[in-house]
Amino acid sequence: MSVQVSGPRAATVEAVRRGRVRRASRRRAVVLVLALLVVAALVLSLMAGQSFYPLDDVVRVVMGEDVPGASFTVGRLRLPRAVLAVVAGFSFGLAGVTFQTMLRNPLASPDIIGISSGASAAAAIALVTLSLSETAVSVLAVVAGLTVALLVYSLAFRNGVVGTRLILIGIGISAMLDSVTSYVLSRAAEWDLQEAMRWLTGSLNGAAWEQVVPAAAALVLLGPVLLTQGRNLSAMQLGDDTASALGVRVERSRVTVIVAAVGLIAFATAAAGPVSFVAFLSGPIAARIAGPGRSLLVPAGLVGALLVLVADFVGQFAFDSRYPVGVVTGVLGAPYLIYLIVRTNRAGGSL
Amino acid sequence: MTTSHSLAAEHLTLGYADRTVIESLDLAVSAGRVTVIVGANACGKSTLLRAMSRLLTPREGRVVLDGKEVHRLPARQLARTLGLLPQAPVAPEGITVADLVGRGRHPHQGLMSRWSDEDDAAVAAALEATGTVELADRSVDELSGGQRQRVWIAMALAQQTDLLLLDEPTTFLDASHQVEVLDLLTDLNRTRGTTIVMVLHDLNLAARYADHLIALAAGRLHSTGAPDTVLTTEFVRTVFGLDSHIIEDPVSGRPLMLPIGRHHVLPGVAATADEPHV
Repeated sequence: MSVQVSGPRAATVEAVRRGRVRRASRRRAVVLVLALLVVAALVLSLMAGQSFYPLDDVVRVVMGEDVPGASFTVGRLRLPRAVLAVVAGFSFGLAGVTFQTMLRNPLASPDIIGISSGASAAAAIALVTLSLSETAVSVLAVVAGLTVALLVYSLAFRNGVVGTRLILIGIGISAMLDSVTSYVLSRAAEWDLQEAMRWLTGSLNGAAWEQVVPAAAALVLLGPVLLTQGRNLSAMQLGDDTASALGVRVERSRVTVIVAAVGLIAFATAAAGPVSFVAFLSGPIAARIAGPGRSLLVPAGLVGALLVLVADFVGQFAFDSRYPVGVVTGVLGAPYLIYLIVRTNRAGGSL
Repeated sequence: MTTSHSLAAEHLTLGYADRTVIESLDLAVSAGRVTVIVGANACGKSTLLRAMSRLLTPREGRVVLDGKEVHRLPARQLARTLGLLPQAPVAPEGITVADLVGRGRHPHQGLMSRWSDEDDAAVAAALEATGTVELADRSVDELSGGQRQRVWIAMALAQQTDLLLLDEPTTFLDASHQVEVLDLLTDLNRTRGTTIVMVLHDLNLAARYADHLIALAAGRLHSTGAPDTVLTTEFVRTVFGLDSHIIEDPVSGRPLMLPIGRHHVLPGVAATADEPHV
């Protein structure tokens, strides 16, 4: 039996199309503006500092030419630092919003639920206590990040994972791991304060290419993995059952997404330390400016990159003494965390 | 759109962890009709629906769609033929109605493919069928319960499946919205020939809207068939442990179940022996 169905009215189709195009072009505009801002901040942080170099010099250094003075300051000091800021910021933002989307809770970002702390503690032990190489540090950080993710997930598992339980367990694990980091640093008497800050709040001080390259490689490899899962993530936002009904292999998607996001966090943390609250802040900021209903992966990554670039610049030059980037992002992030908890509390949610 | 799809369960045994919920069940869904699954709480209604849409892997037996086992079909391909609206779907904060309905297009879109004219048309048709065109740009958070349920049904419609499974689509709705949703599903069935399978709690609404009832009792098939053969006092007593009186519904001509409790029962009324109504 076949039933003849008349199609929808042309006016409705046109209204649907217009609404969709309007929302999509807003998102495109937001992505474009954010990308331009990241480039602008990147260029500015290469030009300005204790000494100023014109754009011309900076471009020549980046192109590989030898410019007296600028080659050292810009090429060896500022460039790796700025690139690390972009790479780590993008990784934190991307991985953070992935977790927030998947667990349907803005508090479920990897820096709140202990994954960053795990990677950081492992990196601190590897570097300070065991004096391992950069590669070994990264590997250990990734393994620790995945282990913590697995631990938090399985401790929170009872007839499926409920966001709130996972977050509370994660906060506990996170506090425990932070104390491990503090202990390791306190035992290393000769360790200087700047380096210690890197493992406590995140810092870009002394960033060199040996640290930047593994983090950048991780972003190039794992970033696209997450981006291709974007649509599945959007479907999973509607609940696991709805997502399955829409043809998403939920378990497979979830494992792929968790491994990729934890990998990004761990590599970025091994390079820059657990830069406070960037993973947590980027997603909600991106959601506010890009509007809801669309994949936030790219906007959140860009917001993360911009946050770390600007915060690092502010930390270096805005005050009398220099502060590591994590101190600045921490000052921004903590009030937002409180605001979020107060707001959900007022709305009647428990978390 | 054709309605030639066949969906059947063969020797299906289902359960969670240590608990068996459905045991060795056989049933066939009639194509192009409205089938309603009824039964007491925790008798396995939702579990059966989950298994039929591949959300739950059977312990034994299989669910067969057009001769193929659903658990072996590619996920996307299945999702283009069979849709499911679960009991408690979650709307992301701030999402607009049009965007939410658009998510129903997921199984029709490739990894990188762009939004097509066909997708727009499907969303528009779903909005029209559910009377939610004016709501398209509103945020789902602001809608009333009845509107929200229509929007979720619109999302399932945008999926454009010939079979649609719904788990208690009328829960949390008041009387008028319950009827509205069931009328809408009947429209769909009559105009498009969509095969509808749903779980309903309310026996009387089930009897009124079903072409075909499936009655479950403690994980087994109690009876199946047209409402007036299934909805009997014997059935209500076995499945719900409740005495009742069955009359002909003066509105629809379908059977209507009147429960007999311990209070507010007129003298002389007793549980009638089973007699076919009418």
